[in-house]
Amino acid sequence: MNSMLTQHDFWFDVGSLQEIPVRGSRRVKTPRREIAIFRTASDEVFALENRCPHKGGPLSDGIVHGRKVACPLHNWIINLEDGEATGADKGCARSFPVKLENGRVYLDMSVAAAP
Amino acid sequence: MAAGRVLEELFARAPDRYEVTIFGAEPRVNYDRIMLSPVLAGEKAFEDIIVHDDAWYAKHNVTLRKGEPVLAIDRAKRMVRTQADAIHPYDELILATGSKPILIPVPGAELPGVVTFRDLDDVDAMLAAAARGGNAVVIGGGLLGLEAAAGLATKGMKTTVVHLMPTLMERQLDPSAAYLLQRAIEKRGIEILTSANTQAIIGNDKVEAVRLDDGRLLPADLVVMAVGIRPNTALAKDAGLEVKRGVVVDDLMRTSDDHIHAVGECVEHRGQCYGLVAPLYEMAKTLAAKLAGDDVAPYTGSVTSTKLKVTGVDLFSAGDFSEGDAKDDIVLRDPSRGVYKRVVLRDNRIVGAVLFGDTADGAWYFDLLKKAADIGKMHDTLIFGQAYQGGGAPLDPVAMVASLSDDAEICGCNGVCKGVITQAITARGLTSLDDVRAGTKASASCGQCTSKVEALLVSTLGGAYAAAGRKPMCKCTDLTHEEVRERILSKELKSQAAVWQELGWKTSCGCPSCRPALNYYLLCAWPFEYRDDAQSRFVNERVHANIQKDGTFSVVPRMWGGLTTPDELRAIADVADKFKIPTVKVTGGQRIDLLGVRKEDLPAVWAQLNAAGLVSGQAYAKGLRTVKTCVGSEWCRFGTQDSTGLGVKLERYLCGSWTPHKVKLAVSGCPRNCAEATVKDIGIVCVESGYDIHIGGAAGLHVKATELLCHVATEDEAIEYCAAVLQLYREQAGYLDRVYKWLEKTGLEKIRAAIVDDHEGRRALVARFETSQRAVRKDPWAERAAGRELHEFMPLASLNIIMPEAAE
Repeated sequence: MNSMLTQHDFWFDVGSLQEIPVRGSRRVKTPRREIAIFRTASDEVFALENRCPHKGGPLSDGIVHGRKVACPLHNWIINLEDGEATGADKGCARSFPVKLENGRVYLDMSVAAAP
Repeated sequence: MAAGRVLEELFARAPDRYEVTIFGAEPRVNYDRIMLSPVLAGEKAFEDIIVHDDAWYAKHNVTLRKGEPVLAIDRAKRMVRTQADAIHPYDELILATGSKPILIPVPGAELPGVVTFRDLDDVDAMLAAAARGGNAVVIGGGLLGLEAAAGLATKGMKTTVVHLMPTLMERQLDPSAAYLLQRAIEKRGIEILTSANTQAIIGNDKVEAVRLDDGRLLPADLVVMAVGIRPNTALAKDAGLEVKRGVVVDDLMRTSDDHIHAVGECVEHRGQCYGLVAPLYEMAKTLAAKLAGDDVAPYTGSVTSTKLKVTGVDLFSAGDFSEGDAKDDIVLRDPSRGVYKRVVLRDNRIVGAVLFGDTADGAWYFDLLKKAADIGKMHDTLIFGQAYQGGGAPLDPVAMVASLSDDAEICGCNGVCKGVITQAITARGLTSLDDVRAGTKASASCGQCTSKVEALLVSTLGGAYAAAGRKPMCKCTDLTHEEVRERILSKELKSQAAVWQELGWKTSCGCPSCRPALNYYLLCAWPFEYRDDAQSRFVNERVHANIQKDGTFSVVPRMWGGLTTPDELRAIADVADKFKIPTVKVTGGQRIDLLGVRKEDLPAVWAQLNAAGLVSGQAYAKGLRTVKTCVGSEWCRFGTQDSTGLGVKLERYLCGSWTPHKVKLAVSGCPRNCAEATVKDIGIVCVESGYDIHIGGAAGLHVKATELLCHVATEDEAIEYCAAVLQLYREQAGYLDRVYKWLEKTGLEKIRAAIVDDHEGRRALVARFETSQRAVRKDPWAERAAGRELHEFMPLASLNIIMPEAAE
């Protein structure tokens, strides 16, 4: 319970769900990295480091379909839930805890800002 | 309702344990609020929806104080004070204050004639208005709004629904079901305006009209606000109970005061508020058991399902319909019957279901969902419903179709049976899908039975049937690109959801391969009606710049026909300096590329370029890229015509509209062809006697010389023919087919017949091209520099955290 309490303090409100296009993504800049927040057709949110494991392409610029995003550079298909590349491709974009509450999107900065 | 349900459960368990008094704001007995829609529609009377009549209260010794709301709770003394100033003690207090309709804060919201849809008084007000006739505007296209609209339309009012979101009931339905729902509601003569935002309600001493923020004015004698509900928490809040969105309760329905409980729409349980009836009954069960002193099964939250109570509209939805992998998203459509069924799975368990047109299996799916039943064994037959379960393993498609009886219907749209098709194949010697379509009409409409017809060809002809190179558009459909395009026009399909449903898409919302294609086809077919879907576009077309390997972008302004001026060059140099643009390069298309621009800088870069008269070169677009020219007769000693001038005119006239793939033009001033016109999509080679128009060249992955389409004498004709070719290509080609590919598939003769021989046809093509150009004539850079779609360019947030020292 104690750890949950500590973690709770690091949920940062990064904006409202409405500001992210449906089947789209927005970036959140943090001191250590840029994070892409994705919104699916059914209003789920996911957060991945905004770098494709292939050649570092900005995943936030990709086409979102289902719980996946197609990297805009070479069309690697990345799973939004865990950041893993799908199909024959191997690699993983780091994923971050994100949650949706009352239409606001929260990012856990205790993880997002950590090394 | 919630309180009544608690009492029923309580009396069943412990009839005499409490002396019960009910204080109610409404001046009447407990009735079934969710049945108000049928009362409005005139299908039921108030008496039919009464849950507890006066006799029931008497029988159970319940004192019902109608029209006497409680104003305050004294928790220390355990007493309530009512509006009639009565003080009443309690041992246990139940809050069942329900919810209040949300009123949108627009001017005029308080005018007489503006009502909500919550209780019998509202229904009476609506019925009174309907008796006078006239126009009704319902604000909100959710469950309540649509039920109100249907009721008012039944009562003879001319009814319009104004909905803020692009699709109806967007929280309960996916786009396909919402499309069918909208069609069904519109069939009742109700007009539906989506993506419509109410700005004001107009009227002097009563409502007269509703004004939308796009300026439209809708005449209204009655306005119903049905945009949602909010838990009614005022009493609890005043009493100092913990209140968030609703009155906070634990799993035993207890508020922050041990002697005060709450049930129904006023509560917030585990972060959830509910606006449906099923959770309320589940809460009542738990609370009644607790009050009765029985063993209590804690309330752990509800999974809810939705049904619309509009007669003749069969709709069911439950759970969540996020798209998953194809195998987890099972879709069945029957365009001829207007049926759409979708079941969403996760780990072999149903997590969501949407049914439209045939909801017979709704309860079954919902039950499987709530039980989290493993449906692994039923996976392939699940979508056919409960009645189909227990059969054998699914057959292979050819064997399955072959095993059907001769009178089995194959094509639902045209009512063609299997026997008719097989007989036509053998008796008339049909050998291809097109033959069967022409000969029997089977598969000639929505095309959903295409695979069955093909299976019949295979089973009837055996090895003699070859699929003849038909390539379906993607895994979502058996139709080819060209077949989909043709049907979008003939069936007047004007949204992606309409295409999915009416052409029997196998997936719920398309895939990354068909979505961009459909987006283009719809834009091309209905330039003023279809709304472009940015999320169905590659990033370059969304942000009007070209993404580079490091995630920065390149910016290419137009240099019409490859001409520029010292002022333009200075403006480009200034932009490059100001934004520290690392690379400035001359492109193969005779213009200048600014490479390495940060995404956030794009709007400012464009603003500065715009100020110097430079506009988007659309170097990112499936559209006209460049018109390359040589210097032509103005300077060149060999030049036969003003090729530069013609290039400038062509680029100005043809740029803007989206095309199936990128389009490059060139104009050479003589047959020496310095502008390399014979490897362009459309190339003009000037000669002494006029202009040779070539099409279908390529110099990329494939290298291909153009073919000569025709010769024309004048510059005006050259421009007209080029526009006609471009439009024909726009209307016919499959998405991502370059002109040469389209030429290959269509054949030069057909194109020549349409452009060169058919003078009226050519002029009609040009007219349609000009229509399409009117929809896109604004410079996309100027629009975005002015702030449009800013979200594409700016980060959602920039967080700078002062790290604790320990973390450094």
